[in-house]
Amino acid sequence: MTLTLDDVTLRLGDGDDEITALDRVSLTVAAGELIAVVGPSGSGKSSLLAVAGALLRPTSGRVRIGTEDITDASDRDRTAVRARSIGFVFQGSNLLPSLTALEQLQLIPDLAGQRPSAARARATELLTEVGMAERLGRRPGRLSGGERQRVGIARALMNDPSIILADEPTSALDTERSHEIVRLLARETHTRQVATVMVTHDTTVLDLVDRIYTMADGRLTVGLTSASRPTETSLLAPG
Amino acid sequence: MFIAFRDLWFARGRFALMGAVVAMLALLMVLLTGLSSGLVEDNISGVRSLPATNLSFNAESGVNFSRSTVERSQWEQLAQRPGITHAAPLGNSLFNAQAYHDPAAADTGRQEILADGKSHTKGTAVDVAMFGVEPGSFIAPAPTQGQALGSSPAGVLISQGLVKKGVQVGDHIVLDRVGTDVTVIGVTGKDNYGHVPVIYAPLALWQEATFGPPGGATVAPVNPSVFNLATLIASDVSPDADLAAIDQQLGLTTVTRPASFSGSPGYKEETGTLVMIEFFLYVIAAFLVGAFFMVWTIQRKQEIGLVKALGGSTAYVLKDALGQAVIILVGATAVGVLVGCLFGFVVPAGAPFALEAGPVLLAAFLVVAMGIVGATLSIRRITKVDPLIALNGAR
Repeated sequence: MTLTLDDVTLRLGDGDDEITALDRVSLTVAAGELIAVVGPSGSGKSSLLAVAGALLRPTSGRVRIGTEDITDASDRDRTAVRARSIGFVFQGSNLLPSLTALEQLQLIPDLAGQRPSAARARATELLTEVGMAERLGRRPGRLSGGERQRVGIARALMNDPSIILADEPTSALDTERSHEIVRLLARETHTRQVATVMVTHDTTVLDLVDRIYTMADGRLTVGLTSASRPTETSLLAPG
Repeated sequence: MFIAFRDLWFARGRFALMGAVVAMLALLMVLLTGLSSGLVEDNISGVRSLPATNLSFNAESGVNFSRSTVERSQWEQLAQRPGITHAAPLGNSLFNAQAYHDPAAADTGRQEILADGKSHTKGTAVDVAMFGVEPGSFIAPAPTQGQALGSSPAGVLISQGLVKKGVQVGDHIVLDRVGTDVTVIGVTGKDNYGHVPVIYAPLALWQEATFGPPGGATVAPVNPSVFNLATLIASDVSPDADLAAIDQQLGLTTVTRPASFSGSPGYKEETGTLVMIEFFLYVIAAFLVGAFFMVWTIQRKQEIGLVKALGGSTAYVLKDALGQAVIILVGATAVGVLVGCLFGFVVPAGAPFALEAGPVLLAAFLVVAMGIVGATLSIRRITKVDPLIALNGAR
């Protein structure tokens, strides 16, 4: 399904402290498409994910997943939307320390009120798909950074989401691991026909994404601009 | 409870520590409860075991065993009143005494008391609470061994506490100061009063020992008016009796048997002290568990935000956390109560310690309940955790 942000503005704080985190942002990500949003800290990248991920309500504009408009949904409905339609991949994976790799995935149906034991086969299958078949019973403390992020991606796929939102998924990884992770994300996006938005600082992985956007002062522009301080000029050509 | 169980195992060291403290608290509560019941037993079991619904004291003294005196006219009239099924006088006095196996030694001891107020021939020193009852009245105890009360004028029934001290049927007990010599003719029950064993005497014997001259009728004539006195009146009252009017007319203060306990010396102070200690322990339980779950919840703030971002509702996270608190509280309390009950079996005989199911279960319930109150107040902050903190830029 398509993720659509239509003329979205987000203002945070109030009075003199008010900042415009998103300034009339419009973005359409089609199913099967992986886009990257780059930009410096504080440019509004995380706000973009928060609004697209039903964590924050925009001040104005519309947010749609497929045909479902989630702009005005209640907190309860937003929680349900996240459980049903959205997969999150967090920075440093953000796994629960007490759960094994398999249980990290089984938690997702439990949150939605389904029996986690029934989801065991699907969780095993997904972890196998991301190359974690040998690590099902390990807790995050005994996994490497790259392995943790693989589990994070498998977890994001667990609810068969319409969109995946990845927040700096490679920030804790070296160049080689970063490439592996983004390649995995791209593969799953294409084969499962998910609309994926990846926010990143890491310009070395941009050769793997379908489109690149740059965020600066809350405004979103197509392509890689000077604001993102590219390290390789060759990356200016998308695709 | 998907996460709660796994957290319990993952952080088992921390939870074990916390559980151990709760278990020790529960153990302490059981021991205090046992001590409380034991002290009550030791203090007023003689009153508690009376087959009477109500006790009437002199209106002027109020509910006070050591000060009340009632007269024959009062108990005779009370028995006639509508709604009063039975009414019988009860005398109640504490004595120091010497118990002798040898009647000759008892007589020597008695003579010494009458000569200079002190016995030099020692038997077994015993403290006794003498209950004077009219033989054949509804409160007269049935002997478990020996003869019934009243079969001889100076014959008394003793309770188990004296048997444990070596006093037997046939022994003589000489009351200090008044020199009254009584003979043990039987044994009944385990009654105590004022932390000393009860001896049941015919009312006339009690009246002579309490109000008569030293040595009693053997030495000097006893003023016949003492035979019209008792401490209080035990009665069986039906619910339709107008006790207020009867009290007014006869100059009595009538209370239910349990309400009379506070008239026993030291009863209020003993139970009050224990109740205060227990009260503070329950408050401590709430704060202790509250503090633990406060720290635990703050530590988990990031994880709670993550679970909410992944689609977990606030109700889901709350249920998870509270369920965890209940498991640890119930488990730890059960361990503490079990250890406390085991302790109850090894406590030395004679120590004032009695475990009763009711108070122990109540204590266990209150430890769990107060723990849940504390945990709930701390866990409440889960509702305020914003799922947004799961995102890097929002941290």
